[in-house]
Amino acid sequence: MSAVSHREAASGGLWSRMSLGQKQVIWAWSFLAVPLVFYVVIRFWPTFQAFYLSATDWTITKPAAFVGLENYWRLFEDPLFWQVFRNTFMYLILGTPISLLISFVVAYYLDRVRFMHSFIRALYFLPFLTTAAAMAWVWRWFYQPVPIGVINDVLSSFGIPQQPFLRSTSQALPAVLAPAVWAGLGFQIIIFLAGLRAIPVTYYEAARIDGLSEGAILRRITLPLLKPTLVFLVVFSSIGFLRIFDQVYNINTNDPGGPLNSTKPLVLMIYQTAFSSYEMGYAAAQTVVLFVILLVISLVQLRLMRDR
Amino acid sequence: MRLGHMLASVALGFATLASTGAKAVEIEYWQYVFDTRVKAMNQLIAKFQEANRDIKVKQTTFPYADYQTKVAAAILAGQGPDVVQLFYGWTDNFIAGKMIRPLRAEAFPVAEIQRDFFPIVSAMKRGNDYYGLPTAVRSLALFYNKKAFKDAGLDPNNPPKTIDELVAAAEKTVKRDGSGNIVSAGMTLDMGGQDHQWWREVLIRQFGGAPYTENDTKVAYNDEAGLKALTFYTDLQKKHKVGQAGFMDEGQAAFRAGLAAMTIDGTFRLGSFGTIKAFEWGVTELPANAQGVRSNYASYFANAITTKAEGEKLAAAEKFLKYVSSPEAMKVWMEVVGELPARRDVALTPENVAHPVYGPFLKGLEYAHTTLFKDEAAQRQVAIDMANRVLIGGEDPKTSLAKAAEAEQAIIDRAKR
Repeated sequence: MSAVSHREAASGGLWSRMSLGQKQVIWAWSFLAVPLVFYVVIRFWPTFQAFYLSATDWTITKPAAFVGLENYWRLFEDPLFWQVFRNTFMYLILGTPISLLISFVVAYYLDRVRFMHSFIRALYFLPFLTTAAAMAWVWRWFYQPVPIGVINDVLSSFGIPQQPFLRSTSQALPAVLAPAVWAGLGFQIIIFLAGLRAIPVTYYEAARIDGLSEGAILRRITLPLLKPTLVFLVVFSSIGFLRIFDQVYNINTNDPGGPLNSTKPLVLMIYQTAFSSYEMGYAAAQTVVLFVILLVISLVQLRLMRDR
Repeated sequence: MRLGHMLASVALGFATLASTGAKAVEIEYWQYVFDTRVKAMNQLIAKFQEANRDIKVKQTTFPYADYQTKVAAAILAGQGPDVVQLFYGWTDNFIAGKMIRPLRAEAFPVAEIQRDFFPIVSAMKRGNDYYGLPTAVRSLALFYNKKAFKDAGLDPNNPPKTIDELVAAAEKTVKRDGSGNIVSAGMTLDMGGQDHQWWREVLIRQFGGAPYTENDTKVAYNDEAGLKALTFYTDLQKKHKVGQAGFMDEGQAAFRAGLAAMTIDGTFRLGSFGTIKAFEWGVTELPANAQGVRSNYASYFANAITTKAEGEKLAAAEKFLKYVSSPEAMKVWMEVVGELPARRDVALTPENVAHPVYGPFLKGLEYAHTTLFKDEAAQRQVAIDMANRVLIGGEDPKTSLAKAAEAEQAIIDRAKR
């Protein structure tokens, strides 16, 4: 209060001549300005800097020179970029539907379980709380060949030939994806459960009285009413899989994204270009491409959501 | 009473500040965090300051992962160290960024450096100038599990001397289960570890080639020798089946666990292998070829003077660099860190050469090569991928070698721009 009266005296009545509405607006904006300025400085300014950097050949030690679109041409001619591009979309195309399907099935049945419901839910949620790095290391050892790899030990005890998993160009990506899906399940199950609980029980009761089968109830009532939840989870997990990094990096630290780049996502390529080869300009160009991909996908998904 | 006490101590503080400010020059020394390295440097700084009471050295350390970025950012901002530790492979980068300065020939005569140090320090030389000097160097050797040798009926005191003997010993020591899966390797295959250095600077030369020409700016291994070297390496898994890339995740992990009879690694692994309790191990020189040709790969962190050091700080920095490259400092470094002295006469004492662990590494230094990497991680990746294309993809070694040569040349060319 005293601050206000000081200001009144200092600004010679300008403040007092304002209407209550104007004062409220000023107050509101002065509070809003703090996070806004913070956001502009921390988020938007570096983003614009990245756009500028992507047109230079800055390498930290050498001064930056403007090279126009050269970094982008180099990127489009780089076979590694296209492989990484494919990998990134493989994570998305495999990861999102599989994780949503599993988590929906688990949530759907868990919703009906009364016995130890919260305990089971907690068990599913546990992996979500674990750090990706620790998890990736444990899975890395699961996938080892005999004598120490748990999965291969089981396989060979049944007489099945051992699988190379992380040492195979075709099996490595699904092998890296599995722990990532598993880790995300807990979160998705909780969201699905909340969505299921939000559907009024009366709908189900009415449907049962009308003699609808369980399958029909699922198709006609549960799924349509779950759509907002579903859209949220699709957008959320899509962005997650497009930005996958820590799982991939930690499961194969000696040859990150290997073998033969078969598991390398775009974010890992950016990281290596920037902080291993120090080609900041080239890395910035890759970042801009990732930014555009994320933007397009998010816009498409939001558009789909608006159509409903 | 308390106020008076405080005032007195403040006054005393100012007085000492003023007096040391007038006399002592303070220089900053930067290196990355590694417990024993920091400890050794603290001892060296204490001894140096005792001998040079007018110089104060402040040591700053960073995690290895951020090291290069932080040094670059600090020096470019006019802050940071006067004397800095850098990996020899970063030298080009540091020179291009005007971060380090050539050593003045008056303070560090070129002829003396060439006479006293191992020839590998030439990797710090550009034109006629040296840009830094190492305290200690590292080289490679063959570690072998004496227990595994004994169990396989081999003499644990007579490790393989040639690469043919290496293959033979690996074939004897490898263990497989009923389905033919390796359960204990004879020899580790780990390109991501030190094997890429072994392949590049040792095997290629032993098969009659050279990895690079023109100061390591032209890839030269895409020939008969390179092909033989690659085939020899991949045959360890494909033909002899004595090891498997990715077995136990890393070669050193397999050896540590007692599940590999032999592995190639560097001096920097001694600390970790020193804690092995389950079996006795030995070290021997990297095996020669049938004609007795030997080679090795050596590397080091050098200390250099930055462009920030001027005037009296430059003089102090030169004194300090001289001290940390002196025989006395090298002895301390060897005792505390376990790395080999970079000066010939300090390293090659009869006592050191006869040492069961240091001896093989030291002998390797005499004929070691030091690759002038442009981008070590990327060039290593080329070797990893080259082996993987053959081992996983089943590609013909010749095609894989040609691809590797092309990819590595592109990395080198890009760095030159």
